[in-house]
Amino acid sequence: MKTESRFKEAYLWTVILLIFGLVPVFMTSTYQMNLASHILIWVLFATAFNMLWGLTGMLSFGQALYYGLGAYCVGLMVKYLGSAWFFPGMAMGLVASAIVALLVGLLLIRVGGVYFTMLTLAFAQLMYQIMFKWYNFTGGDDGVVGIMQPGIFSNPIVYYYFILVMVMASIWILKRIAYSPFGMVLRCVNQNPDRVRFLGRRVRRNQLRIYIISSVFIALAGGLMVGVDNSIHTDMFVWTTSGEVILMTVLGGINQFFGPFIGAIVLILIEDIVGAYTEYWSLIIGTIVLFMVLLFPKGLVGEFLQLKHRFLKLKKHGG
Amino acid sequence: MDFSFFIMQLISGLTVATLLFLVASGLTLIFGVGDVFNFAHGSFYMIGAYLAFQVISVLQVNFWLGLVLSGLGAGLVGIIAEVFLLRRIYGRKHEAGFQILLTFCLILIIDDLVKIIWGTEYKTIQRPPGFSGPVQIGDLYIPSYNILIIVIGIIVVVAAWWILNKTRAGKIARAAAVDREMLGAMGINVPMTMTMVFGIATALGGFAGALAAPLRSVTPGAGVEVIIDSLIVVVIGGMGNFWGAWMGALLIGELTAFGIVIVPKWATLFSYLVMIIVLIFKPEGLFAPRKVRKV
Repeated sequence: MKTESRFKEAYLWTVILLIFGLVPVFMTSTYQMNLASHILIWVLFATAFNMLWGLTGMLSFGQALYYGLGAYCVGLMVKYLGSAWFFPGMAMGLVASAIVALLVGLLLIRVGGVYFTMLTLAFAQLMYQIMFKWYNFTGGDDGVVGIMQPGIFSNPIVYYYFILVMVMASIWILKRIAYSPFGMVLRCVNQNPDRVRFLGRRVRRNQLRIYIISSVFIALAGGLMVGVDNSIHTDMFVWTTSGEVILMTVLGGINQFFGPFIGAIVLILIEDIVGAYTEYWSLIIGTIVLFMVLLFPKGLVGEFLQLKHRFLKLKKHGG
Repeated sequence: MDFSFFIMQLISGLTVATLLFLVASGLTLIFGVGDVFNFAHGSFYMIGAYLAFQVISVLQVNFWLGLVLSGLGAGLVGIIAEVFLLRRIYGRKHEAGFQILLTFCLILIIDDLVKIIWGTEYKTIQRPPGFSGPVQIGDLYIPSYNILIIVIGIIVVVAAWWILNKTRAGKIARAAAVDREMLGAMGINVPMTMTMVFGIATALGGFAGALAAPLRSVTPGAGVEVIIDSLIVVVIGGMGNFWGAWMGALLIGELTAFGIVIVPKWATLFSYLVMIIVLIFKPEGLFAPRKVRKV
């Protein structure tokens, strides 16, 4: 049984890697590679976000804070110190996010439920306002454009494979975390915090840990995005960015590890396809997502698994 | 800061506060009664503003009638949204993501519909006759339209107090906030009550949008801007606390008005800082009594 599931998992990873790895080979324009990069980065964003929400039950409406922070560290380093500082900037973004997440998280874990959600939103909006108003340093609403990667990484194909490796490695790590003993504690925190305390585990310390972990990986997504768009913008911090990632996660299903993965792919593809036909894409997307969520309340992956389960049961009984 | 300047800032703060309260009161009402945080509430504010433009500027209807019609129109859209969508999510507090998702989709849909109907360019509405200039009080010249807004705000507060505390409808709404199931057992049509509460709340939002339209220009992004400010007000006052929303609106309105004088650039940060401090130290709301009272 165990080897079989191992084999199945390896198979799944191979398929994912093949699909994304072959994009530059079969692409007809850089546009498709750009789209694939966007998908990969949002997949990381959504998966890291769901570590917090789906796994631990902490609904943050402010993870855009770390997405923006990761991107701004890279963007501003390159702007002021030159493009050699692209990757040190990315590393700095991760460290900065870990520090901010620790400080903010210590305050956040004091409150629960809807107040937690509101507080995350408030912190993200505060950061957004600071970046927006601090025009001399951050470029305010104009952001920074023309940020280039150093050396060989300025080649889009090389950078694409760099993203692919980083994202896949991150998701592999996140999956290991989700199914580690620590991940089990987080699930317990989600379902019954009191019982976690009875068992002698600290609820808040574990919440803080996963908050920092999630934030650091989201900062990595932000940093990677800078090389794709070659620009940073205050919109990366704004609350609708946090909203979009919630949209993806619910669409894919919050109770499955790969739910946000699929949700991000589906949403970005819909955005891309609809955007090509009409400027009113948000109307179409809003309607589609609305219907999908009302029809498949467990998310695409959740409903698929249920369907598969039912089918297998039927086959067993029939045979 | 001399006295006349002080009064001017006070009036401008009160104007902002009144408009904020009109939006936030609806938001807090929906949260108090239905446990739903309606992120799309700003979109109803925007619908109100655009309806006011359509009715008053295009169809040349009387301004006062136009205000009322815009509020009612927004309320009607609210009722439609409630019956088809939001009805499904009452009391599903544990699925907060589902609520955010549905109301977020509603924002996407409404904002684009508004763009399709009215286009993306800025719209303006003339101030009503008799309220276009300033009034002179002593040495002070105060814009009369601002005074009008403040007066209307006070009327709405008093009316809301009267309805919530002195009428049967208000009693039902308060009961719904406490225990919907019990209310149903008493023979009250609960879904109808919720629809009505939602309709009134969105109508208040639309009315605020219409009232604000002559002051601010009407733009497609108006809803997204206003929702965060109202959210701050609702959180500061205590989520679901009607009177807290009023106090919160006054606090934020004046803080912004005077903050702009002291530190022009960073004034917008104050409201977020207040929100963060309140959430950390008194999450049930600054003005909540010891035991939280909903609506």
